[in-house]
Amino acid sequence: MKKTKQLFAGLILMAFGLGTVQADYTLNLMKGVTKVSNDIYDLHMLILWICVFIGIGVFGTMFYSIYHHRKSKGHKAEQFHENTTVEIIWTIIPTLILIGMAIPATKAMMELDDVQDSEMSIKVTGHQWKWEYEYLDNGIHFFSSLDEASNKVRQVGSGLDPRSVPNYLLNVDKPLVIPTKKKIRFVFTAKDVIHSWWVPDLGWKKDTIPGFINESWTSVDEPGTYRGQCTELCGKDHGFMPIVVIAMNEPEYNVWVEQQKAAVIAEAGSASKQWSNEELIAKGKAVYETSCASCHMPDGAGLPGTFPALKASPIVTGDINAQVKLVLNGKGMMPAFEKMLSAVDLAAVITYTRNGLGNSVGDSIQPSAIQALQSATPGAGKNE
Amino acid sequence: MSAVVAEHDDHHDHHDHGPAKGLLRWVITTNHKDIGTLYLVFALAMFFVGGAMAMVIRAELFEPGMQFVNPQFFNSMTTMHALVMVFGAVMPAFVGLANWMIPMMIGAPDMALPRMNNMSFWLLVAGVLLLASTLFMEGGAPAGGWTLYPPLILQTGKALPFAVFAVHLLGISSIMGAINIVATIFNMRAPGMTLMKMPMFVWTWLITGFLLISIMPVFAGSVTMLLTDKFFHTSFFDAAGGGDPVLYQHIFWFFGHPEVYVMILPTFGVASTIIPVFARKPLFGYSSMVYATASIAFLSFIVWAHHMFTVGMPIAGELYFMYATMLIAIPTGVKVFNWTATMWKGSMTFETPMLFSIAFVVLFTMGGFTGLMMSVAPVDFQYHDTYFIVAHFHYTLVPASVFILMAAGYFWLPKWTGHMYDEKIGKLHFWLSVISVNVLFFPQHFLGLAGMPRRIPDYAVQFADWNMISSIGGFIFGASQLLFLYIVIKTVKGGTGETVTDEVWEDASKHSLEWTLSSPPPYHSFTTPPTVIPTEHI
Repeated sequence: MKKTKQLFAGLILMAFGLGTVQADYTLNLMKGVTKVSNDIYDLHMLILWICVFIGIGVFGTMFYSIYHHRKSKGHKAEQFHENTTVEIIWTIIPTLILIGMAIPATKAMMELDDVQDSEMSIKVTGHQWKWEYEYLDNGIHFFSSLDEASNKVRQVGSGLDPRSVPNYLLNVDKPLVIPTKKKIRFVFTAKDVIHSWWVPDLGWKKDTIPGFINESWTSVDEPGTYRGQCTELCGKDHGFMPIVVIAMNEPEYNVWVEQQKAAVIAEAGSASKQWSNEELIAKGKAVYETSCASCHMPDGAGLPGTFPALKASPIVTGDINAQVKLVLNGKGMMPAFEKMLSAVDLAAVITYTRNGLGNSVGDSIQPSAIQALQSATPGAGKNE
Repeated sequence: MSAVVAEHDDHHDHHDHGPAKGLLRWVITTNHKDIGTLYLVFALAMFFVGGAMAMVIRAELFEPGMQFVNPQFFNSMTTMHALVMVFGAVMPAFVGLANWMIPMMIGAPDMALPRMNNMSFWLLVAGVLLLASTLFMEGGAPAGGWTLYPPLILQTGKALPFAVFAVHLLGISSIMGAINIVATIFNMRAPGMTLMKMPMFVWTWLITGFLLISIMPVFAGSVTMLLTDKFFHTSFFDAAGGGDPVLYQHIFWFFGHPEVYVMILPTFGVASTIIPVFARKPLFGYSSMVYATASIAFLSFIVWAHHMFTVGMPIAGELYFMYATMLIAIPTGVKVFNWTATMWKGSMTFETPMLFSIAFVVLFTMGGFTGLMMSVAPVDFQYHDTYFIVAHFHYTLVPASVFILMAAGYFWLPKWTGHMYDEKIGKLHFWLSVISVNVLFFPQHFLGLAGMPRRIPDYAVQFADWNMISSIGGFIFGASQLLFLYIVIKTVKGGTGETVTDEVWEDASKHSLEWTLSSPPPYHSFTTPPTVIPTEHI
């Protein structure tokens, strides 16, 4: 027993030793930044202490017995094997404890469930492997995926040090921005498979399910940056679709909203200009790396049996209009990119795949042509 | 492989023959002891296969960054680790114990349906091999988690139909095994062996048998629907065709929750068998143990959606499943209190089986505590699908089910082989296992609470310390199990050389019938029923 104790002590010391080097880890649930998350934390602590208390009682009794009632100490076994009173007591007491737990738990559950009287709504759509946010009140709409720095480091055998990236795997290219002190209703759905949207500081997670709508709500008091991750296994890059929520005070939030609206107008302007092939290929390479490479692989070789190769693919090296249709509308596991990417990004990435990744078809498509297709028919030229 | 003396018998008009000669013995055998051995050996082999997959997982998670495997293969590993451990290791091991022990405990000559017994073992082998073959298929093994949730699982490559058929085979095998056990217990008990005199292990298996018969068809049905959704254009789980992906989760967990109890109820039975022997006291509260087991089994059918608190159920559903789940704490508490009361004022000794059993009671209770914590729906909104859950169910499976399987091995190996295992190495195995298993799984509570989701191949750097400690624990735990393999082989080959008495353990024959037989028992035991029924355990 003494040796065991020493071992445990050694391990704990080792843990603290490591801790001083890397810091920043926590042992307990976080309190979070909303009333609900604080209620949940209190409930968690209540049950934890109940368990600790019961544990001390039961294990204490057991270890007392193990120490004193052993044959090597000459203890003679008694032969009792039943006691109805004791059995009734240790059935009733746990029942009462459970009732005591159920009451605050029910209250917290009701509070979580109440999405009424919300002041704004945000629609969250899970995609393999990024999040789509749509502000239902003002039309702001964008996708949010893993930031480029983390993405480079997380490739198998990259040899790069994750500790060199701030917020490794917990950072995105475009965070969700929300105002503080407002009751925000979230509606959740998914495009392809089930995902789950979790920011621990908000106190809950919710599954996003294709074809179904879920709801939840939050109201954040303090401005700040809150990070989370997808928590429902959603395929290969499940570990690489983080969530970043930035809570801003109302005036700053309003400035942000105006900036977003201005950016949409600027984007539309750049789509109508004439792009050179070099410009398209250069932009297309960047788009490819963030939007395509996770399935078709950075070198375009695909994953045999699951994701087709683009290198020397009959579609990519064939008729450009057929490729445009496929990219816009998707096919099987390939998502429809029509609304996920801008006209510029689409034109650029299609041009890049035909003139990069070992292909050299030589042709290109202009953003304006894509734009025409997008506005003409939603689901442009869809033929089943 | 038990050293059984082949008793040749010239009187061919009755069936008192020994085993067949050579390897064919193990293929065609209908003897409950041989089939029990087959199950146990197979389960041990699969324990190492599933364990190797766990080592891959812990190696990748040793440090942040992707060092060894790609994320798709990592997901295949988590999926296959779970399927192999559940269907290849833990369940077959308990069926093996049932085969060996139930006839000897109830004074029966063999299982009720010996040929079906042989078939259910070989179907298990076929099922597990089919499942394992998916690792080498185009697109890789299933990587959607052992729960096989659609729509994700429908993205599996060539492996999907093979995995589905593997599940069918495993299901048929389990159902046949369960029918056999139930039929044996109901029909083959020796005169005087009334239901309320049966050893607890027999009781827990009787109840488990009913669980298996009820749930395996449900699982087979749900995976068949996956198959038709993928290949025959049905839309059970596809919203675009009027189906519902969450429907699958309801069906799966209606199977899945009782399924996890299939792995823990026989564990309770073995613990209730071992603790009284080494406390030299009757089991405390025998009948309340029986009723508690039955209550847990009943409750297991009405709590399934606590695995789905975050799918967006209506509040009434959330509350119902929360209350029902909390109830499980009551009968489970009763069992833990009874084991403690059994030890109380006993005259305890601490041989390896007892050490593993005590560790089981303590560490299973810790898994039970976290289970109680996550039964509370609003708090589960934080815990769900994090490492807190991973820690919880590993505590209820590894230092609970697996430890008790080890305990059972040490407890009955001398009876099965007629040789004593090496107590020193056994104790070394215990201490290494009990320490490393806590180093492995306890830090995962911290990781989950700090926000690390499960089933991710790489993680943010604030999770690095505890993951490294957990991996170190994992490697030590994995390596320690090789000691068990060594002990088993050594014991089969002759052990320590001491003579083993029929009782093996002091006064064990007061507790259960198998200790009245010789060690090793004859190839056909209780061909005439025993006349004295032990009642010490009651």
